[in-house]
Amino acid sequence: MTLTLTETTKANVNRIGLAKNDYKGSRSTLCAGCGHDAITGHIISAFYELGIEPHRVAKFSGIGCSSKTPTYFLSRSHGFNSVHGRMPALATGALAVNHKLIGIGVSGDGDSASIGLNHMCQIFRRNVKMLYIVENNGVYGLTKGQFSATADVGSKQKGGSLNDYEPIDTCALAIELGCGYVARSFSGDGKQLVPLLKGALSHDGLSFIDIISPCVTFNNHEGSTKSYDFVKDNDIRLQELGFVSHYEPITVDYEEGTTKRVELPDGSYLILRKLDRDYDPFSKKLALSTLADARLSNQLLTGLLYLEKNRPSLDTRLNLPDRPLVELGEDDLRPPRAVLEQLMESYK
Amino acid sequence: MESTLNNFTIQVGTVNGSGSQSANLILLRSIFNMGVPCNGKNLFPSNIAGLPTWFTIRVDERGYACRSRDVDICVAMNENTIDADVAELRPGSVLVYNEALAYKPRREDLVVYACPFTTLAGKVTTDPKLKKLVTNMVYVGVLQELLGLDPVAVEQAVQRQFARKAKAVALNLGALREGAAYAREKLRKKDPFRLETRNLTAGKILIEGNAAAAMGALFGGCTLCAWYPITPSSSLPEAFIEFARKHRHDKDGKAKYAVIQAEDEIASLGMVLGGGWAGARAMTSTSGPGISLMSEFAGLGYYTETPGVVFDIQRAGPSTGLPTRTAQGDILKVAYLSHGDTQHIVLLPASVEECFDFGMAAFDLADRFQTPVFVLSDLDLGLNVWMSDPFKYPEKPLDRGKVLSEEDLNRVGKFERYRDVDGDGVPYRTLPGNPHPLAGWFARGSGHNEAAQYTEKPGDYKRMLDRLAKKFETASQQVPAPILQNGGDTRVGLLAYGTSHWAVVESRDQLSASGIQTDYLRLRALPLNGAVERFLAEHERVYVVEQNQTGQMLSILRIHYPAHTSKLASVLHYDGMPIDAACITEQIVAAEKECAD
Repeated sequence: MTLTLTETTKANVNRIGLAKNDYKGSRSTLCAGCGHDAITGHIISAFYELGIEPHRVAKFSGIGCSSKTPTYFLSRSHGFNSVHGRMPALATGALAVNHKLIGIGVSGDGDSASIGLNHMCQIFRRNVKMLYIVENNGVYGLTKGQFSATADVGSKQKGGSLNDYEPIDTCALAIELGCGYVARSFSGDGKQLVPLLKGALSHDGLSFIDIISPCVTFNNHEGSTKSYDFVKDNDIRLQELGFVSHYEPITVDYEEGTTKRVELPDGSYLILRKLDRDYDPFSKKLALSTLADARLSNQLLTGLLYLEKNRPSLDTRLNLPDRPLVELGEDDLRPPRAVLEQLMESYK
Repeated sequence: MESTLNNFTIQVGTVNGSGSQSANLILLRSIFNMGVPCNGKNLFPSNIAGLPTWFTIRVDERGYACRSRDVDICVAMNENTIDADVAELRPGSVLVYNEALAYKPRREDLVVYACPFTTLAGKVTTDPKLKKLVTNMVYVGVLQELLGLDPVAVEQAVQRQFARKAKAVALNLGALREGAAYAREKLRKKDPFRLETRNLTAGKILIEGNAAAAMGALFGGCTLCAWYPITPSSSLPEAFIEFARKHRHDKDGKAKYAVIQAEDEIASLGMVLGGGWAGARAMTSTSGPGISLMSEFAGLGYYTETPGVVFDIQRAGPSTGLPTRTAQGDILKVAYLSHGDTQHIVLLPASVEECFDFGMAAFDLADRFQTPVFVLSDLDLGLNVWMSDPFKYPEKPLDRGKVLSEEDLNRVGKFERYRDVDGDGVPYRTLPGNPHPLAGWFARGSGHNEAAQYTEKPGDYKRMLDRLAKKFETASQQVPAPILQNGGDTRVGLLAYGTSHWAVVESRDQLSASGIQTDYLRLRALPLNGAVERFLAEHERVYVVEQNQTGQMLSILRIHYPAHTSKLASVLHYDGMPIDAACITEQIVAAEKECAD
């Protein structure tokens, strides 16, 4: 069989009548060839193809090259470029008071794996409903090439020195700490990344995607484990991915045993086609051991690592009303005079 | 023997975690129930159980509410502190102590009452755990008899303390009656201190500042409380949670608020700014160490112009400092918290009523001026029990500030996030989710122009900073104004803020009695405005009273009013205890004498 993905939008506009240009942002100021720009393009494709209204989206970022990118897509959306490492806190606050917003946070490996590691771990635990992307290049780009905490042991810096320290695997952390949608991908693999992004946006909870995104200026040389060449030689895809949105008819043929159809909370489907191995993304244990094995054999595993559909997200745990807190008016927010009088009586 | 009526200080020395707090609050509440003004201060260690703790009740029918330096009646229940507690007593003071302690009274100049508290407690219960708890109630009974506490007032207080749980009420009343009976039969009154019923507390409330501030947040429309536990702030968010659980659920039981216990104070303020940017009223509460961690986000809030409210319940520092002792040591840091040219709106409540009022006003000001607003309380105000008039229901609706809806944008047809349209330095904002094609904008801490676009142009950056300065000039006219109290034609001014107020009130009477008339300006907020400069201009000498070592408010006054620097002198108190009146009076009398010489 062949896996063919359907495109419902043959014309130059999507299902809500917007053109792809309507999902773009200002011109990138990153280096030519930066993996981050490719990811920006894939984000634009995912939002455009899903037909998401830009005003419903809230973009968040921390500090670093990756954190600059939210200005390069969805210029009609509100966005907040915050401080280094603290994007998860900012997003948590905003999405708690308006859980109808579609939250997307873009971070980097310095931002998330070092200065903001605690915040990233905590947002996994809280399961805030949003898409959390780490654009992972193993170095600090804006400060000119220092190693980050995701750099592999033995990876070579541009100046020649080798990294001695154990890398932090953000995906393993995400799985360990209760994130229900965990994937790893490569900036250059739109065929894999776009369905992953779409699936993430259909997930009810935090979805986390670590995207290897080579830094062409500081970490694309021989000996680097985050270079285009290294990824090309070592990328092993866990499965072939497709995505069918809830408003599309399913026209994908699939064979029992080789292809799985996974329904997502909004009625969309991820289509997972078996490649070399039979990988079950619903097993936490398998996901963690697979990641550990890959690390020992210097392989870069990409694809959907882990999926758990029914973990309650933060807004559910907070027992929030359907109407977002930001929409509540004075009658809802300020208890009546009688309540104050009653309270005062209780202190008399 | 002449009586000292309704005017004395009781100090009870106990062991932390021994259940003494119930007995202390019952004693306080009993006096209050008799119509006699009083307040209670808890002096406790940074410890859960075992270390010494003291509770001080100041009874004063004139209404003075600050700490009194001298203790008139010392109740000693703690073997480890009794010697030191007794050593500090003035001649003629009263010592009530537990006979079970290994202690032999040595001072002849005290009125000493020895009581077998432990034995008396044993008469009402044989359970060792309960016995330990009710031992403290026995001293309330002894004091009831010695001071003339109205038994009805006491019983009401016991009922209230144990929420009318019959078993606990009966047990505690039993212990209390044992104490009273013992005192009646065995002790001969030899001291002058007496209570007499008055009608001075009718309609008043007794409450801690943290509960009052949390109530302010509830009525101020706060919907997001993100916080990290820290002494002495934690009881504020905890009170908010309690109030919100009772009064902020919709008919389906859904919560019309969100509380998130954050991973640290950095995240707390981050969540608050996220919530404020999205259009909610968001708060956090912390103390000095948390303020330090919030520094970077405070600057982001200032420069992106994002509303949020931060309660700072100040404690002695630096670092861990004395986490259970009070200070006004964060004012200078908070006024300019962060890097670069930042400044903040800071509210300075002096009373529990102002904790409530400013607790609400902070949210209005944060929305109006689109900036983080800090409410600087302290441990003395936040954790201690103060008498107050009941809080007044707000007459004005919530002020949500300059927010443009989709309809507004349709009408005006243009939007630039950081454009000073009205000439007051305060721009307009839109909230995420606004469907108008012009509504979207990008908040960033880096350089931006009026249209919220990235820029590094010198002119753009300077223009933005100058507009922010103008915004704070506008804010200076709308924050709570300073309160002036004239002492007549005088050349001496006193300037204070926050809880130092109560000591200043009493000190001014003491100064007046010794021939020094003063005017008094109480600051209630930053940024300062013209009223402060006029006060400095009109007086020859201005004493700035504050509870820190470096004269932090005086430093702020120097920055803003350099022409008046030579008139300013500090009156300081910084040992971790709440400031008392005598300390102010002594410093000013000495300084004035030097001037006269």
